[in-house]
Amino acid sequence: MNIQRLLGLAPESTNISRRSFLKVAAGGTAGLVLGVNFGGVAAHAQAATDAMEFNAFVSISPDNTVKVLIKHLEMGQGVYTGLATCVAEELDADWSQVVCEHAPANTEKYANLLMGQQGTGGSTAMANSFMQMRQAGAAAKAMLVAAAAVQWSVPASEITVRDGVVSHGSRSATFGELAVAAAQQPAPDVNALTLKTPAEFRLIGRDDTLRKDTGKHNGTAIYTQDIKLPGMLTAVVAHSPRFGGKVRSFDATQTLARKGVTNVFQIDTGVVVLANDYWSAIKGRELLKIEWDDSAAETRSTSTILEQYRGLVDTQGAVAASQGNAGATLSQASNVEELVFEFPYLAHAQMEPMNCVAKVDGNAAEMWYGCQSATGDQAAIAQLLGIAPANVKINTLFAGGGFGRRANPASDYVLESVRIAQQVPGTPVKLVWSREDDMQGGYYRPAYAHKLTAALDSNGKPSAIQIRVAGQSIMAGTSMAAMMMVDGIDITSVEGLSDLSYEIPERQVELHSPTNGVPVQWWRSVGHTHTAFSKEVFIDALARKAGADPVQYRLDLLQNNPRETAVLKLAAEKAEWGTKVLPAGWGRGVAVHTSFGSTVAEIVDVSVTGNTFKVERVVAVIDCGIAVNPNVVRAQVESAIAYGLSAALADEVTLTDGNVDQTNFHTYRVLRMDAMPEVETHIIASTNPPSGVGEPGTPPIAPAVANALAAITGQTLTRLPLKLV
Amino acid sequence: MAYQLTINGQTHEVDVEGDMPLLWVVRDHLNFTGTKFGCGVAQCGACTMQVDGVATRTCVLTVANAVGRNITTIEGLQSPQARAVQAAWVELQVPQCGYCQSGQVMSATALLEQNSAPTDAEIEAAMAGNICRCGTYSRIKAGIHMAAAQLKNTGGAA
Repeated sequence: MNIQRLLGLAPESTNISRRSFLKVAAGGTAGLVLGVNFGGVAAHAQAATDAMEFNAFVSISPDNTVKVLIKHLEMGQGVYTGLATCVAEELDADWSQVVCEHAPANTEKYANLLMGQQGTGGSTAMANSFMQMRQAGAAAKAMLVAAAAVQWSVPASEITVRDGVVSHGSRSATFGELAVAAAQQPAPDVNALTLKTPAEFRLIGRDDTLRKDTGKHNGTAIYTQDIKLPGMLTAVVAHSPRFGGKVRSFDATQTLARKGVTNVFQIDTGVVVLANDYWSAIKGRELLKIEWDDSAAETRSTSTILEQYRGLVDTQGAVAASQGNAGATLSQASNVEELVFEFPYLAHAQMEPMNCVAKVDGNAAEMWYGCQSATGDQAAIAQLLGIAPANVKINTLFAGGGFGRRANPASDYVLESVRIAQQVPGTPVKLVWSREDDMQGGYYRPAYAHKLTAALDSNGKPSAIQIRVAGQSIMAGTSMAAMMMVDGIDITSVEGLSDLSYEIPERQVELHSPTNGVPVQWWRSVGHTHTAFSKEVFIDALARKAGADPVQYRLDLLQNNPRETAVLKLAAEKAEWGTKVLPAGWGRGVAVHTSFGSTVAEIVDVSVTGNTFKVERVVAVIDCGIAVNPNVVRAQVESAIAYGLSAALADEVTLTDGNVDQTNFHTYRVLRMDAMPEVETHIIASTNPPSGVGEPGTPPIAPAVANALAAITGQTLTRLPLKLV
Repeated sequence: MAYQLTINGQTHEVDVEGDMPLLWVVRDHLNFTGTKFGCGVAQCGACTMQVDGVATRTCVLTVANAVGRNITTIEGLQSPQARAVQAAWVELQVPQCGYCQSGQVMSATALLEQNSAPTDAEIEAAMAGNICRCGTYSRIKAGIHMAAAQLKNTGGAA
């Protein structure tokens, strides 16, 4: 069984609905995490130099190193740093003595508390770990203090801990000196621990703590691609050029004659070439002669698929949200605005192409990769091999980017590596996808069409709105469908619209979920990648039609939404909205959106020359609750903007007769340095529990750019990527 | 067939096919894994090494053509410019996922070795071949400026 891992949605078993998740993320409750049992681990070190395990998350070595086990995948979002900060804060460790390591796959110990299973996504890493990591640190500190109290024969209450030193009067000891004795202390009741108040934080909120995912500036950080095990073979797979195609027959004669190639065989996803190194495998693959059976393959073009979607939004869909009778009001309205939007398929195009190292031996499997869904992958591997999940050992490594791709609901690339390893028992196999395999391998952000129609009152304000969305469901057909789909509605297809933040008295959101053969998956900020665009471009068009200021028009519709109001106002203030004089040919646009429990507003300046443009500057404001590491938060906002901007400017996967047209970065043109704007990020001061940071910066950027272009050119752009005419 | 390569000042002999790119010789046969594979067609810059002092995409440079050249990988970076770049990368906390950063550091170092005070436009031109999907471009640019300033202040010693 897999996880509904990315969406901040918890399974029914933990009884947390999306609504209550948002409440948790936004308003916060410690109730979810209190009562988490650290396992009451009694440490039994073999030697005095061993790391002493204080609980599932904290070990301390006699050499004074504090090791924090990180239950989430570090893929650049800064989770090593964030979670370790929470531990070190309550442990009162010195930041320089803290090191991090990925936790093993162990759902009981390391579940995402908002998902009920071990997995990373939905920008939940900090939101679900904030209290748990602090409790882990506080529990370890209590054990250090208890050990010192025994050694020094003083009351524990008189002992202080600061910057990694335990003190009483003139006596003091390092954590390392106390580690062996402290680890023998009984684990305290986590519910009885007193955690710091925000005013007492010394590390949380500090801007100068260096990241803990080190070795990335000098090539020593290890990724899946870097794993080399004794006897290991490298695998590449010839996949069907069309989605759903199957191998009819193949001839490997020439491949087997290539130096370095060791094996060729067929698995369900294609023809595997195993070799001593990557190059031999790739050259061997080029020599394969394969006949494909396309009888079940997707053979349509994206132009045909989008034409179908444009037709669908002219018809009534399944009702995803409704208030009042928007349809009736619209049919009688004299002043109506309507826009149709189109969104292409998008590849994640993370820098490290998909890969996975697997070894299958008897009734055990061992894996090495950037594992984003430990519980789901472990269960899928175990099921495939017919072994117990506990016999699947997962060594999680840094991931060279993810953006959603590594948490595949079908564990696609993971199972592919296991199927290959099954054929060579005892031999470790590194499955490597080429960039072309990765780009053409599907699991894209789905293509969509939207139609938004509003009735406007005499003041130019919307009195009713009808929103129609057409596009593939990400959840349908996956093991998450039962939990993620309500009455046939995939809530991720309409998130951000079905819970529209603007106050419009009558509203109806309808959804068409056509199916086709293109595999789809979540992509940084999931449904918000498209819903924020149509919502924010549409509201801007309404403001222009009313002759109103775009910021003020929004504020008037957000009077009952203090959070979006505050974020929008601060963005306007910091960007000097309405007062700053822009150079000739520059335009300015705004967008605000709430996702993953956090609210972000972005104000964009563009310069336009003919029908080309450059995004010059972005002022961003985020409310993400407590910013545990403000520098990491700013880095994530910068990153989320760059990722969304790439899609706004150029990213697009197209199919011609079922064949993906893009092959590599020369045809899938992602953002490069010359197109990166100056980004200025402001963080709303907050004492609310932390909410999402990795994704919420992405949704507002594309609409803010489109709105800036509309402001200067008068062109309302409704198709991504953006092109001026 | 056997090829002799000079990498980070050391001579290495490898027995591979002549069409194998230097990237794969270094990664799969010599076990220097700091240099990354990103695209295989000289479009992303993750595989950047210095070849005779020039930032080069080694995913398309064959081993046969690498013979007799002075090759530097991220593991062998030693110049004051390299040290200044790496110090700035840490100071500004440039990397996120980090997978492209070996290549970014190689390109940035090569730039500063040629041009001690690059402008924004010169940085953008020199770094145009290095993609970062995490979008760390602003920090990379700031890091190059910081390294240049540091080198200037110390008279070229990092």
